[in-house]
Order: sequence, then structure tokens, then C-alpha cells
Amino acid sequence: MTVMSEETAEISLTVNGVSVTRDVQVRRHLVDFLRLDLELTGTHLGCEHGVCGACTVRVDGVVVRGCLMLAVQADGCDVVTIEGLSRSGEVADLQDAFETRNAAQCGYCTPGMVITAAELLASGNVPERTEIRDHLSGNLCRCTGYQAIVDAVEQTARARADR
Amino acid sequence: MSPPDGNSGDRLVGTRVSRPNVRRLIHGKGRYTDDISVPGMLHVAFVRSPYGHARIKGIDISAAKASDGVVRIFTGAEISEVFSPLVSVAGHRPGHKSAPQHVVAVDKVSFQGEAVAAVVADSRANAEDAADLVIVDWEELPVVMGIEEALSPEAPPIFPELGDNMCFQHTIDTGDAAKALAEAAIIVEHDFEFGRHSAVTLESRSVLADWDPVDGRLDVFQSHQSPYQMQDVYSRHLGIPEHKVRVTTPDVGGGFGLKINVHGDELAAAAISKILCRPVKFTADRIESFLADCQTRDHIATAKLGVAADGRITVMDFENAMSAGAYTAYIRFGLAEGMMAIMSAAAPYGLSDYHGRTRVAYVNKGIVGMFRGVGVPIGCAVTEVLIDKAAAAAKIDPVEFRRKNYHREDAYPLTSVGGYHAYHMSLERCLDACTEIMDYSALRTEQVAMREVGVYRGIGVATFVEAAAFGPIYYGPSGARVSTQDGCTVKLEPSGVVRCNTSVTDQGQGTLTGIAQIVADELGIGMDRIEVLAGDSATTPYGGGAWASRGMTIGGEAALRAGRALKESILDLAATILQTTADTLTLAGGEVRDIETGEARIDLAEIGRIGYYRQDTLPPGTQPELMVTRHFVPDAAYYVANGVHGAHVEVDIETGFVNILGWWVADDCGRVINPLLVDEQIRGGVIQGIGNALYEHTQYDAGGQMLNATLADYLLPMAGEMPDIRIAHVETPVPDTQLGANGIGESGTIGAITVLWCAINDALRPLGAEVTKQPFSPEHILDVLAQAQASTRG
Repeated sequence: MTVMSEETAEISLTVNGVSVTRDVQVRRHLVDFLRLDLELTGTHLGCEHGVCGACTVRVDGVVVRGCLMLAVQADGCDVVTIEGLSRSGEVADLQDAFETRNAAQCGYCTPGMVITAAELLASGNVPERTEIRDHLSGNLCRCTGYQAIVDAVEQTARARADR
Repeated sequence: MSPPDGNSGDRLVGTRVSRPNVRRLIHGKGRYTDDISVPGMLHVAFVRSPYGHARIKGIDISAAKASDGVVRIFTGAEISEVFSPLVSVAGHRPGHKSAPQHVVAVDKVSFQGEAVAAVVADSRANAEDAADLVIVDWEELPVVMGIEEALSPEAPPIFPELGDNMCFQHTIDTGDAAKALAEAAIIVEHDFEFGRHSAVTLESRSVLADWDPVDGRLDVFQSHQSPYQMQDVYSRHLGIPEHKVRVTTPDVGGGFGLKINVHGDELAAAAISKILCRPVKFTADRIESFLADCQTRDHIATAKLGVAADGRITVMDFENAMSAGAYTAYIRFGLAEGMMAIMSAAAPYGLSDYHGRTRVAYVNKGIVGMFRGVGVPIGCAVTEVLIDKAAAAAKIDPVEFRRKNYHREDAYPLTSVGGYHAYHMSLERCLDACTEIMDYSALRTEQVAMREVGVYRGIGVATFVEAAAFGPIYYGPSGARVSTQDGCTVKLEPSGVVRCNTSVTDQGQGTLTGIAQIVADELGIGMDRIEVLAGDSATTPYGGGAWASRGMTIGGEAALRAGRALKESILDLAATILQTTADTLTLAGGEVRDIETGEARIDLAEIGRIGYYRQDTLPPGTQPELMVTRHFVPDAAYYVANGVHGAHVEVDIETGFVNILGWWVADDCGRVINPLLVDEQIRGGVIQGIGNALYEHTQYDAGGQMLNATLADYLLPMAGEMPDIRIAHVETPVPDTQLGANGIGESGTIGAITVLWCAINDALRPLGAEVTKQPFSPEHILDVLAQAQASTRG
């Protein structure tokens, strides 16, 4: 990272597999950077407080709240958003299950929900429903009854285990 | 299961078709208002009142003006020159009064968070920086916060020109409640408080307004449930001819009624665009959402129920009061919140005498607007709590007590004591269905055993009603320009696929999928050959949008009629081409078939090809009409949907925590178009109702300060605490539509709030305690337990 002034710095990082170098305001959080600088609008803001999970992204393989991380903190990191995750096909089965089970309504929480659920599924185990519910408890969905989301995650885990 | 493709002759209506338009949302391809940027776009941030009530003595913008990126700073007075104030007075409600509301405050503010100045800059961050530098010289005024306090004669009126803080009051008297109460063998009584809460759409309110001075045209993208309503508001208040205003509602991240309201700050953004001749975006952040979004509920009530010696309910008395905030919500008024409470009360039951009164108070809090259920959860909860108390007093099982007191089957159609007109309610069938799937008697047996070991489980079984899909009689006489019709245009494209344009809007409910199913069935095609477009005031038929659970009932009926009309047009053209008569033909499997033999005669692509490109081969004078529009407006004032919820809870009497063990719903929303979507609508409604009843509370202190305006402080239901919900359907088709669908959007929330009151009180009954305040916080539960213990000792 090169500090350009008190207010901006130059950062280089990988976003969805593409190398990016940008001058950013040091106060800009990662989601504003993704949305405003890179026009990746699949990551959403719900509270900018770290509570709702709409801003969930992956940084160096770890699920983080994009609103609680500054863009400059992502310097040198590997960031994956819903756009990249979708393109890679890594969670295509989970996304299909979300669709067929109607596990998304307005869709605003869904990218964060998918990224969070993918983390749980990565273990390869078939989690109990309570475990799925616990894992998703940091992601607010205001539309569904959560049940369809839990179903979609459970169904995907079972299908993967049977493969 | 893959949905039927239409080729097998299967019908799509009634099947679990997944939503074609949800896929892109799951893949991060949603396009919400804040995702949209246009060249030259500016951003607005509002300076908001830190006080609940204060006079604006002066505004110093000198420092803010010099801040980075600032284009201009507007005070309320400047905005009011182009945007006339909102006056929300219902023409059909004598005595209703409301002060004019400036979209940005002029002279004084009446609730914390009211906008007082608008800072326009090249970025939202720069606008916020400058907003911090705007210095307002305030003179604090006394606040009025409590409902009874506001209505007392000593209270200072928030708006002296109104005389007092009484917004509106209404009384319903059926029979003679006082006399009937005097004659009742059993009288039960209960006090209620329903805390104020917020809609908390995950996507906050957002608007992008773009005034083009050359063309005299206003283009607006807005996260809203009705582009038509907003087109009308912008046109009238900004003086722009209606055909030069176009409102588009892209993907909307949750509505729940919040986004049918009209919010001053959104209108200010459009006014600023018109003044600056630049596109202007406003997206509320979370604290602004808590402060300035329309809020909901906030009722207090006392109610009594009288029962005759034979166990029949004879009378109900319901005194309701609520707060409207500082203004009556524009343009739909907040009055339905109180009116629906007293109208829906007792609706399932065949009593003869009723007194209901609602009084609506102005207080220095955010404006109460529309939210899922609008007053009905209050009417239903009050009724069902009293029903349980009366059953206990009469020593009759609460399920049997309900069955005994429901309207008799031969009483329909009927008008309830509160004035609910119902052509039918499937109350007993829903009661049977719900108690069956919950295994009611087994739960009761278990309850007794658990109590012996000091575990307090409660079983709630509660009836709800939902007035859905309001017709023109509802808003028409009020003077509010609210359309209760919906329309649908169906077009055969030359390749034989179909496009629909509907006035129904979809915030995730799945209504557009339902419309596709309905039209596809009429035209004998599969889901792969139809697309539905919505949310554009310029290009879709005029209608209501999404509110009051109307999408399928009204919009679905319009779609069905449009689909049928296009079918007629297609068959007419096919008959001409085939030199036969239309009555020998039908549509199925994407082709025109012989109605008797099912033999394929010509496919839709060929109809399209000839109809659009080879009219020269048709007899002279033949004019194919391969695009048709139909509208539907109901004759009925509304349709009453109904159902029964069952809830099983455990109350920890040491901590006051409520753990939900099970949840069941038997719902009658008429004909079910798509059970996959209906079920998750119900479940989402239930979870919202659980949140409203257990956690959610918009709290102000006595000085007018909101105490919990963050998502960390305002509690919401998350996946971990919520139950799986089992659903049964009872289908009573709406009689005066061909489709027969009734409303579903609000029923889950109404039923959930109601049954939680019942279930928790059922758990506490052996301890002599009962809850009176929603949300049922652990603190409140421990309080009522302590009171019960004290009164036992005393």
C-alpha cells in the first residue's frame, strides 16, 4: 500500500481473480470500494454496523463483514464477492437449491446468505438443522421464514455427501 | 420437482413453480435503486432534527458550503417553493385533522429525525461531511410522547392551530354493549399495550430522481411498492404533467407496507433535482431509516368480553387508542391502523353487541404509516386473548370454546359486529386442520406432565382474519388518489413466446410468477415461454402496485382476463388461417389444437409469423390483435381471508425468556396459485409477527430521543431462534372473481402476533400471571410473574 496523502492510499488486491490497483480514500470501507469503485453491486449494505450480514464477502478465504473492513485493509488480499463466486460455479448447486426451494424473496440478503452458507458447506459434513440455523444467525433475512434457506442448505449438503 | 412445461396439458396454477426472476438475485445480479448510477449524478444527505420538538431559529450553512464537493445546501423554505406541503386529511372522516407537512421542515420540527436541511454534494460521503457542519439554532419545545398524555386536555398541542392533539376518533356501536355486559354471566377484561416498531426493510429507502429541463421530464427510480402512486405525487406537487413523469421501481429489497408510504426526504430529492437540473440520489442509511421511516402500531387498549351462562359470547367492549406520530401519513392516512383494529375485533364470532372506539393521538414521534397487517393484528390479538380468558373462566377448552362461538355456517354472508363484511369464513375447517397437524390433544397431555416438573409450556390456538384486496369504496370517498384496480397486458411475440406487463409489483412475494402461471395456463404454454414485466409507470397498465395483499386477488384476476382475451384473439386468427371457426379450436402445448380431437392444427410461432409478417395472406380487413389489456377492479370493499395459527412455547420463569417449540398454520387464502411461494409468504409473515411480538420495539425516551436506532439495539428475529413452520391449506375461492385467489401477504403476521399472546398467557395461566405488553420482553414476563406472586401472597 502506498499512502498518497492523509486521505488516500493506493492499494493493490485481487477481486474475483482479477488484479486491481486503485487510489482509495482511507476511510472508505470495503463494500463502498466494491460497489462504488469497482461497480460490483452484488454486495449490499444493510446496517454498516456488522449486524445484518448483507455485506458478507470472502477475504483470503475467510468470510468477513465487508462494512467492518476498510478498503485499505484489503491491500494485498484476495477478495471474492457474490459475482466471483457465481462465475466460478463453486456454489452453483447451492444457488440452484435456493431457487427451487424459494429460499430468496427480495434477494437483498441472499448474496451474503449464500457466501455464509457456502462456508458451512465447505466442511463437507451434513449439518443438523440447528447447526445450519446457528451458522446463519448473523445474516438477517426480513422476507422469508428462514425455513426455506435452511432447507436449501440442508438439501445441498445431503446432495454433496451423496455424490 | 421440475414444473410442468405446459406440453403435457398440465396446468401451472396450483403447482410449486419456482420463480424465474429470482435466479439473478441469487447470483448477485439484482438491480436495486442504489445500484443505479447515471452521468452527472449528485448525492443528498439530510441534516435531521436531534430533538423531538423544536423551533428552527436559524440555519448557518457557511461552513458547510465550503466543504469538499458540496454543490448546494437547501433549507426547508427553499424546497417548499417547488414542492408544496403534504396535507393528509381524509375527506370521508369528519373531525380528522392534520397539520401541513413540509418535505423538509420549515420553522419547526415535530419528531426526531425530521429533515431540516438537504446537503447536495458529489458523493454521499462528502454530503454527510458537510451535513455535520450545518449549524441549526434550535429552541427546544416541550414534547408530548405518551398516547393518554397527548389526549389529555392539559397537553400542549403539538400544532396549536389544530387546537389539540386528537388526530381522529371513531366509534362503532352495534346493539347495546353496556346492557349486554350487565346481563353477562361471565365478564373477562384485559389491558393491552402494543409497542411501536419499525418495518426494517433490509434495503433501506432509496430514490434517484432525474429532471430533464430540456424535455420537461422527470425520471425517477425508486424503491417503492407503487410507481403509479408516486407518479401522481410527483406530478401534482412539482407541477409536471403526468405524462412527463416516469417512475420505475427496480428490484426492491423488502417492502412490507413501508414502501407504499410517501416520505418527505424522498420527495425532497426530486424537488432538488428539479431545482438543480441534475440527477440526485438519496439512500437512507440505517439510523435514518429508524428515525425517518414511517413506523407502525403503538396502541393501548382495554377490552372486555361478556359470556352467557351457556358459554356463548354475547358482547365485546374495546377501547383503543394509538399514536399517529406528528402528522397523518400522506397519502393513505394512518387512520386504518386504528379503524382496522376496532373493525376486525370479534370478526370470527357470532356475538350481538359491540362497542369499539379508537382514538388517534399526535405525539412527537415518527409518523405511523402502513405496515403489514395494518391494525388487524391488534383487533385479532385483543379478541383472542379475551376468548382464552373467557374459555378458562367458563372452564371450556379454548379450542372447543372457539368452535362453539364461531359464526354458524348458515349465517353467511354476514357483517360482523365490528362491520367486517364476509361472504364466507372457513373458521371451523381451519380450526380442525390446525389442531390436527399440531396434534393439539397430545400437546395438552404433555403440558400437564411438564408442569408437574416445573416446566411451563403454553399452547396457543388463535383465529385470525385478514381484510385483503381493497376495492374502490375504500379510498375513493376519502379523496386520496389511490387506485384499487390492476391491469395486465399480454402480447404474443412473433416467435410464439409471450410477454406480460402488469401493474402489480413484486418485492419478492412472487406475484409476477403467479401472474405468469395464470397467463401461461390460459394460453397453454409453459413457464419457459413467458416473461412478466412490472414496475414502470410509463409502460405498464395503470394500477395499485403492491399493498393490502392484493397482488393475486386483483392483479391475478386481471391477468387471467387478459390471458383469456388473447386466447380468443389467437383462436380467431387461427380460425381465419385454418378456415374454420374459433369454437372448434383451443390452445395447449404451445399450439392451436382441435378442441375435440386434440389434434395439432398450427403452433403459436406460426400464428405469430402470419399475424405479424404475413398479413397479406389473410382475407382483406383481417386485423390480428395479438396484444390485449384487461383490468380488474373488485366490486367488494375487500375480501376476508382467515385461518388459525397454533403455537407451542416454553416460558422460562426464571429468566423470562420464551422459547418457541413448534408452529402450525391453517390458512385460507382462497385458491392457492403457487403453494411454494404462498407457504414461504406465510412463514415470512409468521417470523415477522414473532419479531413484532417478542423482540421489536422502537423506543423513545420521555424527551423524544430514540433509544435504539441501530440494528445492534433493535432486536430482530434471526435464523437461530425461529421455528420450522408446518402449513395446511383450506381453499375457499373468492366468489366474484374467476381466479378465486384471496390475500396472503399479511395473514402470517396477523396470526403470529395473535397466537403468541395466547400461547404465552397459556403457559403463565397456572401461575396467575398474564402478559399485557408487546413485545414480551423477559423483563415484562418477570414483572408479571412477580406481580402475580405478590398478589397471591397479599
